[in-house]
Amino acid sequence: MANALPTQAEGRALVDGNRFKMLDAVAASALRHLPATLAILGCILLWQLVVWGFSVPTFMAPGPIDVIQAFGENAGVLWSNFLPTLLEAVLGFVFGNVVAVLLAVWFVYSPLAERAFYPIAVIIKSIPIIALAPILVLLVGNGIAPKIIIAGLICFFPTLVNMVQGLKSASPAMLDLMRILSASNAEIFWKVRLPSSLPFLFAALKIAATSSVMGAIVAEWIGSSYGLGALIIEATYNFRSPLLYATVVIAASLAVVLFFAVSFAESKIVRWKPTTDH
Amino acid sequence: MLETLNRPKQVSAGAVGGSAVSVQNLHIRFGADDSSFTALSDVSVEIPAGSLVTMLGPSGCGKSTLLRTVADLVHISDGSVSVHGQTPRKAREGRDFAFVFQEATLLPWRNVIDNVRLPLLVGKREAGATYADPEELIALVGLKGREKAMPHELSGGQRQRVAIARALVTRPRILLMDEPFGALDEITRDKLNEELLRLWQETGTTILFVTHSIPEAVFLGQHVLMLAAHPGRVKEFMKVDLPYPRTLKMRDTLEFIRVTAHLRTLLGEC
Repeated sequence: MANALPTQAEGRALVDGNRFKMLDAVAASALRHLPATLAILGCILLWQLVVWGFSVPTFMAPGPIDVIQAFGENAGVLWSNFLPTLLEAVLGFVFGNVVAVLLAVWFVYSPLAERAFYPIAVIIKSIPIIALAPILVLLVGNGIAPKIIIAGLICFFPTLVNMVQGLKSASPAMLDLMRILSASNAEIFWKVRLPSSLPFLFAALKIAATSSVMGAIVAEWIGSSYGLGALIIEATYNFRSPLLYATVVIAASLAVVLFFAVSFAESKIVRWKPTTDH
Repeated sequence: MLETLNRPKQVSAGAVGGSAVSVQNLHIRFGADDSSFTALSDVSVEIPAGSLVTMLGPSGCGKSTLLRTVADLVHISDGSVSVHGQTPRKAREGRDFAFVFQEATLLPWRNVIDNVRLPLLVGKREAGATYADPEELIALVGLKGREKAMPHELSGGQRQRVAIARALVTRPRILLMDEPFGALDEITRDKLNEELLRLWQETGTTILFVTHSIPEAVFLGQHVLMLAAHPGRVKEFMKVDLPYPRTLKMRDTLEFIRVTAHLRTLLGEC
């Protein structure tokens, strides 16, 4: 084995090789995203030109330069309102999805529970989320709780539906195989049902990642004094349009970051592809 | 290499005269009494221990149902099935048989060797039982070096090889195969047929093999069990008088053609 170890010189060459490989990868990824980047920059430029060309007043529609200035002037305000929204969105995401997954497991093992409670889940889903916010404020007060509940509720339904489908997606032949191996229900769950549900779960989690931010912001519209949602309301009423736009950009960025976090987790956890036998 | 598959041949107390599987007046009905469907009607057959029996028949003749009944996947309506003198359930719990499906049914999130190991990780394990070495089995089915490959990286034929290795890992005395090569192309199928024969001759495992293909049934089978449909019943249980080891060339001999022609005529009457 000793002669398999690289010498110092070879080691350095390997590091250099890796560095080149990394540069290559960065260059390739930059090249791949070039059309999208150019398109976005083009839109921003067009926006600025329209604002200049038609002399649109700033309170009506600020240009990109105004918005960038607003970022600088309001950095402290934006940051202190960003943190609560992040916390609400993340906690809502976690609670909503945990409850949905547990309920899905219960539904799959108890058809009676599924028949009894699935319609209730549909009814809750069909209540407009914005109408639910005041009800929750009355119920649990004006703290962080109603925001987490709304962010959670908005995540809950897609995950429940997908997870039930995912847990049922194991092929009959796979279940036959486990039966022939005299596997227990717990073994079937951990070794077959749960892994086969993961692609379905992650499809739902990616939806939930962006909608949890929306849920938190909508909840903050109802009588809240902090958070990106409250900042949106305040900036609108005071005609501080550049700040409003800056807040919207931050909210969108948060959703995008959460989406990519879930996508990254998926790429690490679901490293397999379904096989088609025919 | 095949030492890994040699299993101490314990003879069960109730074993009947060298039968691996003994089916007596078996009736299988599905559904409620008023709207029931008879899949098998009064089927009796003895599968000799160590034999290779292929099952043929038109669609709906219940050949898969018979195989699944032996595997304890189907509830027996009437009659009896005994596997080395035990009920199918006891035989299943004792890992007396293994099953190979038409689809490889590998768990796509496990690599080759972890799929082969699966039977050793679940269910009740026999006290004191020793099992085959997964790595040796992977070599036996010709996939040495692909232990860490994921199922989606394999071809259909390779996946089916992994499924066979997985079936052999508990060193079953009976291998139940439900059209295992039905979804493969003919070249792959021929190759796997030859390898299955080699495996059978070297291990002495009893094999019950369901197929749609008359040449496949004749090429592999020591005996051919033909079932007729509506309701499923035994049409004929015949010995194939062709010597082993059989090669693909044998399919061009007069005797082979005579047997297949006979079976084709029978199948037409089913």
